[in-house]
Amino acid sequence: MFPSRIWREKGQRYRLEAGKCRTCGYIAFPPRLVCPECGAVEFETIKLPDIGKLLTYTVIRVAPSQFTDEAPYAIGIAELPNGVKLTAQLVDCDVEKIKVGMDVRIEFRRIQTHDTHGVISYGYKFVPKWY
Amino acid sequence: MVGIVGYGAHIPRHRIKVEEIAKVWGADAPSYKKGLLLTQKSVPPPDTDTITLSVEATKNALKRAGNINPADIGAIYIGSESHPYAVKPSGTIVADAIGACPRIHCADFEFACKAGSEAMYVCLGLVKSGYVKYGLAIGGDTSQGAPGDALEYSAAAGAAAFIMGSDNVIAEILYTDAYMTDTPDFWRREHEYYPQHGGRFTGEPAYFTHTMGAAKAIMEKANMKPKDFTYAVFHQPNGKFPMRVGKMLGFTKEQIEPGWLSPVLGNTYSGASPMGLTSTLDIAKPGDKILMVSYGSGAGSDAFIWQVTDRINDVRDKAVRTRKLLDENLTFVDYGTYAKFRHKIRKNK
Ligand SMILES: [Zn+2]
Repeated sequence: MFPSRIWREKGQRYRLEAGKCRTCGYIAFPPRLVCPECGAVEFETIKLPDIGKLLTYTVIRVAPSQFTDEAPYAIGIAELPNGVKLTAQLVDCDVEKIKVGMDVRIEFRRIQTHDTHGVISYGYKFVPKWY
Repeated sequence: MVGIVGYGAHIPRHRIKVEEIAKVWGADAPSYKKGLLLTQKSVPPPDTDTITLSVEATKNALKRAGNINPADIGAIYIGSESHPYAVKPSGTIVADAIGACPRIHCADFEFACKAGSEAMYVCLGLVKSGYVKYGLAIGGDTSQGAPGDALEYSAAAGAAAFIMGSDNVIAEILYTDAYMTDTPDFWRREHEYYPQHGGRFTGEPAYFTHTMGAAKAIMEKANMKPKDFTYAVFHQPNGKFPMRVGKMLGFTKEQIEPGWLSPVLGNTYSGASPMGLTSTLDIAKPGDKILMVSYGSGAGSDAFIWQVTDRINDVRDKAVRTRKLLDENLTFVDYGTYAKFRHKIRKNK
C-alpha cells in the first residue's frame, strides 16, 4: 500500500471514523462525499463501536501474494450495534470454528507488511469476542 | 496529586511451552523450567507488533481513565526494544490511532527492558511540572531470542499503558528514584537480528545490583521498609529473578505474587514490570502502597512508590484484567508455527 493512501485513509483505518449524514442520519463507512440515501453532502464524523456480530464469512485458502503466510484465513462481514456492516479479516481463531452469529471485537493490527523494507499498513481486524 | 489516571494491558493470545522449544534443540525441558521458573511464553502472531499491542493497551487505559478526551494527552512515550521501524517513530501511529494528534509531544524510548518505566518516569515529571495535562506512557515489546539460545525460552510479547494526570488519580506517585551504571550485560548492534548477552554476567552485577540499588535508594528516601508495602513489582526476565531479588530485599512471596507474571508469560521486556503493575492494580485496595522497580540491561533501574486511591474500586473492571488476558482463551502453538510467526524461516523472495 502506498504511503499516501495509508495517510489519507488513517481516520477510517486507525480510528474507525465514519460519516453520519446531517440530514437523514445515514452512516457511511468508509466516509463518502454524497449521502447515498438523500443526496446531502454534509456529514458529521463519528467513531464506530468496536464490537459486532458476524453476519457471514468466507475462508481464503489460496491467498494473494502479500497474504500467503496467513492462509487459510477468514474475511467476514459483521454488523455493528448501530447497524453499520463492516468487512474485515477475522483472526485469532481456527477457521473451522467460525460461526455465523458469533460476537466479534475489533482490534488494531498490521494489515499489510511489504517485505522487510516497505511501509507497514495498520488497521482493524475482527477477533472473537471472548470477554 | 499526580499519578496514574488510567491503566491497561494487552497480551497476544498465543503461547508456546518450554517443552516445545526444548524438543527442537535437544535441550532438557525440566531443567530449563526449573532454572528459569517458567513454563511458557506469549507469542505474537505476524499481524501483532509493539505498535498494535500499544494501541490495545492504551484503549484499556482510556476506558479506565473515564473516557478522557484523547486530545488532552500532551505527551506520548513508547518504550520498547522492538519498535517496528528502525527509522520512524512508533508513537505517531499510536497517537493517531487513539485520536491524540496533532498537539502532542512524542518520542520513542529505548533502554532494553527499562524503556517502559522511563516513559512513565518522564510523563510523571511533565504532569507534575504542568507542561501537559495528561501524559501517555507505554512499555511494550515483541522480543526475540536467537533460536536455541536461553533467551528463546523467555522472550515474549505484551504491553502496558498508563495515562498520567493530576485529576481522578487511581494511584498517586509518592516517590521516584533511579540507579544506573554502564554495565554491558546485554546488547544488540545495528543490523543484527538477535541480541547478545553476557551469560551469567546478566545476574549479579547487572539485574541484582541495579534492582537492589534502586529499591534500597527509594525506600531510604521514603523512609519505608518492605513491611510498609502491600505489594512489590520487579522486572521479570524469567520467573526466578523477581522472586529472588524480592526475598533478598525482605519482601514476602505474597507481596510479589500478584505482579509476578513471568512464569506463564515470559519476559515482555519493556512491558514486564509495567504489566506487573497493571496486574497488581487490578487487585489492589485503596491505601495500598506498591513498590515497582524496573530493570534494563546496559544497565539501570527505575523505582516508583505508588499509593492506591479510592478510585481504584470504580475503574478496575472498566477494562479487561491483566490476569484474564494471561490465563484465559489461550492458543498453544508448535515450534513450526512459532518459527513462521516470528519470521525465523528464510523464504524465497
Ligand atoms: Zn442522508
